[in-house]
Amino acid sequence: MATETLIWLLPLFPLVSFALIILFTNRNKALSHTIAVGAAFLSFLGSMLVFWRALHVEHFAEHPFSSVINWLPLADGWLKIGVRIDPLSAVGIFFVAWTVLAIFLYSVGYQNYGQPQGDHDKKGLPPHGATVTDEHGHKHMVPSVEPMYSRFFAFISLFAFGMYTLMISDNLLTLFVGWEIMGLCSYLLIGFWFAKPSARAAAIKAFITTRVGDVFMLLGLAYVYAAAGSLRYEVIFAPEMLHALAEHASGFMGLSAAGLIGLLLFIGTVGKSAQWPLHVWLPDAMEGPTPVSAMIHAATMVSAGVYMIIRIFPLLEASHEAGDFTMTVIAFIGAFTALFAATIAVAQNDIKRVLAYSTISQLGYMVAAVGIGAYVAATFHLLTHAFFKALLFLGSGSVIHGMEHGVLHTGDHHVDPQDMFNMGGLKDKMPITFWTFLIGGFALSGFPLVTAGFWSKDEILGDAFTHGHWWVFGVLALAAFLTAFYTMRQITLTFLGKARTKEAEHAQETPWTMTVPLMTLAFFAVTFGWTGIPENFPLLGGIIPNWFHPWVISTLGEHAEAAAEAFNWGPLLTSLTVALGGLYVGWLVYRNVPAGAEDPLKKPLGKLYPVLQNKYYFDEFYDKVFVQPAMWVSAVFTFQIMDRGIIDGILHALARFSVFLGGFFRYVIDDPIINGFGDWVANTTRSIGNKLRVIQTGRVQQYMVAALIFVAAVLVYFVTAMP
Amino acid sequence: MDFIANHLLTLILFLPALGALVMLFLPGEPKGLHRWTAFITSLLTLVLTLVVWMQFDRGAAGFQFQEQYAWYDAIHASFHVGVDGLGLTMVLLTALLSPLAILASFSIQEKVKAYMMLFLFLETGMLGVFMALDMLIFFVFYEIGLVPMFFLIQQWGSPKGERELWKGIKVPSRVYASFKFMVYTMGASLGLLLAIQLMGVSVGSYDLPKLFKMWPILQRTDTVPLGLSFATAKAIAFWAMTIAFALKVPVWPFHTWLPDAHTEAPTAGSMILAGVLLKMGAYGFLRFILPLYPAEAKHFAAWLAFLAVMAIIFGAFGAYGQDDFKRLVAYSSINHMGFVILGIAAAAKAIGTADATIALNGAVLQMFNHGLSAAGMFFLVGVIYERAHTRDLNEFGGLFPLLPVYGGILIFVSMAALGLPGLNGFVSEFLVVRGSWPIFTAYTAIAMLGLLFTGSYVLKGIKKVLHGPLNEKWVGHLTEINARELLVITPLMVLMLELGVWPAWLLDVINRAMSMFFGA
Repeated sequence: MATETLIWLLPLFPLVSFALIILFTNRNKALSHTIAVGAAFLSFLGSMLVFWRALHVEHFAEHPFSSVINWLPLADGWLKIGVRIDPLSAVGIFFVAWTVLAIFLYSVGYQNYGQPQGDHDKKGLPPHGATVTDEHGHKHMVPSVEPMYSRFFAFISLFAFGMYTLMISDNLLTLFVGWEIMGLCSYLLIGFWFAKPSARAAAIKAFITTRVGDVFMLLGLAYVYAAAGSLRYEVIFAPEMLHALAEHASGFMGLSAAGLIGLLLFIGTVGKSAQWPLHVWLPDAMEGPTPVSAMIHAATMVSAGVYMIIRIFPLLEASHEAGDFTMTVIAFIGAFTALFAATIAVAQNDIKRVLAYSTISQLGYMVAAVGIGAYVAATFHLLTHAFFKALLFLGSGSVIHGMEHGVLHTGDHHVDPQDMFNMGGLKDKMPITFWTFLIGGFALSGFPLVTAGFWSKDEILGDAFTHGHWWVFGVLALAAFLTAFYTMRQITLTFLGKARTKEAEHAQETPWTMTVPLMTLAFFAVTFGWTGIPENFPLLGGIIPNWFHPWVISTLGEHAEAAAEAFNWGPLLTSLTVALGGLYVGWLVYRNVPAGAEDPLKKPLGKLYPVLQNKYYFDEFYDKVFVQPAMWVSAVFTFQIMDRGIIDGILHALARFSVFLGGFFRYVIDDPIINGFGDWVANTTRSIGNKLRVIQTGRVQQYMVAALIFVAAVLVYFVTAMP
Repeated sequence: MDFIANHLLTLILFLPALGALVMLFLPGEPKGLHRWTAFITSLLTLVLTLVVWMQFDRGAAGFQFQEQYAWYDAIHASFHVGVDGLGLTMVLLTALLSPLAILASFSIQEKVKAYMMLFLFLETGMLGVFMALDMLIFFVFYEIGLVPMFFLIQQWGSPKGERELWKGIKVPSRVYASFKFMVYTMGASLGLLLAIQLMGVSVGSYDLPKLFKMWPILQRTDTVPLGLSFATAKAIAFWAMTIAFALKVPVWPFHTWLPDAHTEAPTAGSMILAGVLLKMGAYGFLRFILPLYPAEAKHFAAWLAFLAVMAIIFGAFGAYGQDDFKRLVAYSSINHMGFVILGIAAAAKAIGTADATIALNGAVLQMFNHGLSAAGMFFLVGVIYERAHTRDLNEFGGLFPLLPVYGGILIFVSMAALGLPGLNGFVSEFLVVRGSWPIFTAYTAIAMLGLLFTGSYVLKGIKKVLHGPLNEKWVGHLTEINARELLVITPLMVLMLELGVWPAWLLDVINRAMSMFFGA
């Protein structure tokens, strides 16, 4: 099959799966998950084939796979859309294909396929467990299958469609289509257990918060399209076009057109990749089922924001050369978010929330890297992060699953299976989960040499260091220390030491459908880093050729220069110190937390601790400043005061005036004057008639007398008056 | 056959009225007789419209399928009809929504014969508006549509509710709403009629093609009544027409009749009100104001853009502030039609440029798309209202498990209304934003606030109806959407998806019409 045709098909498999499940197979769980996983597998195979073929094209960056069609007839031309696989999107579909397939498979186990129907399970609520009787007549509580099992697979299929669409797009418009469809899926999946008010609220919060970014992004698209006459990368990022955009003033704060477009599009990233100040939705998004957190809120959708600013990097660079502050803003937001989210993560007790803040923080790393121009390092970290963070989330899901097993065993439903202080000692109960989680955690912390996270994070720090972005370097290094610290806190509290609750004692390892994806991702969490070991790295450099760096950088038509540079020990030593130091301190503080004890950090941090635990009160602040006023403006100001009060008031006043005018005409003009005159004429005539009636007696004699008298009078007049 | 081929437009136009006249002589019972007569009549109208659509030459400039008959020679008005890409798109929308609305009305039980007859008369009125090529004929149809709608709201509207006027005087809501709708529109139509008179008398003809040629460049030196200069009179005529059409769209602050009328109307009435009647206002802008008053339109375009942005923002806020599901949807129309007007305003400012053409494409496509999604939303509100007899969002909650199919459909249609990429609303909103950004940058940016709150109110509707803890009182009382209702909503959904993915077939007609009509 022609590669271009194959690329068009990549997103279509999951889309067809979505349609089939929704329309036909939703009553059959086995068929539904077979279709969904099958479609994901087909897309996976296709992606690998495209990737493999891409590797074998010489000068691939100059000859990417691409195919274009006419979409909208507008004015004199067409708005064209198409697909394009260049080195950047090739590595994109590589990680998307692997993580999506792993998560699809994991979902089968996570949603308890093969378990009995729950005793009291309802659609819209997580399954509560089922009672089974074994051959000895003993009753056990076991996990029950998700009541909306098929629907889940339909939604994640639609999500996969969105992600593939975004990756293979050759233009910002279809990228935005995929972007928004993922937003919808994120909404549907966070609110998957929609009967829970907290899940419902979190879903809406996620959708609306990211939409804040999206409407700016839409403006950015409109601006690019208006300025460049196209939305295709090829056209926008052509050197002459970039030059023109950078020359053209936008009229907004002295930015060039390129700078303002970059800024508008970047606000989209702030929303989608949960950067400060639009970060608030991501932690709440953990209300969704864990595979969703892994796929949408760690590996793929939130990475889409970073992917987009990497995509538009030529534009950002052009604006930077024109003297715009856009990239400085990006670097600032990214670095600030990296540190800010890491401090919050330190004080969270929910195993998934720690990971959520860690995701925000790591995305901040990538954004900061783009902001300082290290977009290849950002891409590298994007990929390694996708693998190890998906691994961590799936691992946390496995832990929660194991804990829920314990909860079902003891029957005490007040124990929160996600609170790390209820865990402890799970290492022996869930060995595969433990070892894979450990790998993921170490990768996140940047454990030296073996983990992928080390290589990618080190590259970002190295770039910041060598290019003299000192404050970015400092902030990111501090954040890296905190990252290692809270990761070790998590690992220690969850897996090491002794079980702090009965539930933790009865936790159980999860089925193969969940552990196989863990092992697969763990493999990449280690090995993927080796594709990007700098050539000049002491001892190890050059053993495995650094394939990643030159390949990705060629997307923009540049050539790798890393080998020429001298190796710098500064960032390496820093990253070694913060990673190992953070891990050690984390282990030291949390290794002996007994059951029922409070967080050892609470005392030393004093008043800061509740501030961190409450995420700097951003939710409360936004509620007071944005949400409540918006509700007031809507329900009270717009509806009651403006529409019903003022506008309808004016209309009613007009109506009332009309009624008054009518009354005036009736009671003042019509009734007394016009009617009055008519009535007066009639009445007067009538009364005269009445008065004259008396002489109408009907007797001829009287008339004769009257006539005689009259004639006599006339005679007298004439006789006397005549001369 | 030749007769049919030569009189396609008049056949389409009068077929519904003819059906209504036939029904006049049919016995009142059984009800099914009238339902089916009306449905089949409107379906035949649709078939003929599709024939016209197929035969329409999208590459040709000017009006096609023209027919002209003597009507009122004394004042130089003739019965002249014809369509171009703009008119045809609107005729298609009308012919498409009418049978669906009639099918949706099959659940009406009272005075079925009168109801269906009024509906068919309404269809003729609406079709006439989009076909008329004579200003007087246009005005006649424009006004004729009001009468059936007035009775539909007043007689078959929702029976509950009262509205206080002043000093404790209360009237039933549907009486209030129908009266407000009728009087408000007719009041504004007075100015429209006077403006038409001014043009007709000055040019000596009411024929549109003639007016297009002569009126914009006409100079008169003789005195106009009240001693005004001709330019002033023209400006007044421009504003008279603008206000008349703005009220119909409706543009803020002339919009308050809409939430009342749409909320109180019977389901199918709301479908048609939102789906077609509002488009008459926007159509008026495109067909008359822009070509007849290009100079004035350009001069006052920024004001129009301001009002459009106010409509977008306060329409969204108004919708978000509602607890009445139907009123929420009603306010959403103000929000969505604001984008149509924003596109038109931008085009008026820069007529003839590529940006203007794109804005116009967006505006017309948005008219069509809003017709689909608003009709769909009102229908879905009607479906649940017929079962629950309440529209109060706070009384629903968690209905998704009870109504999985309905729930899925509601989410789909809501997302189309929200402008989710992949569905129809996105394409048109994007084109409007794209077209107006270079022309009214600040207004376009401010309008995004409305777009943000579009998301809020759409999700509020879903949240309050489908999600959250199940309100137990509905268990066993709410039934799933039935086959007839599915038949109404499915064509709309198919079109929403189709136009979101592949709108070229429709957009091509619109684009060519806009390019040729406004000379890009």
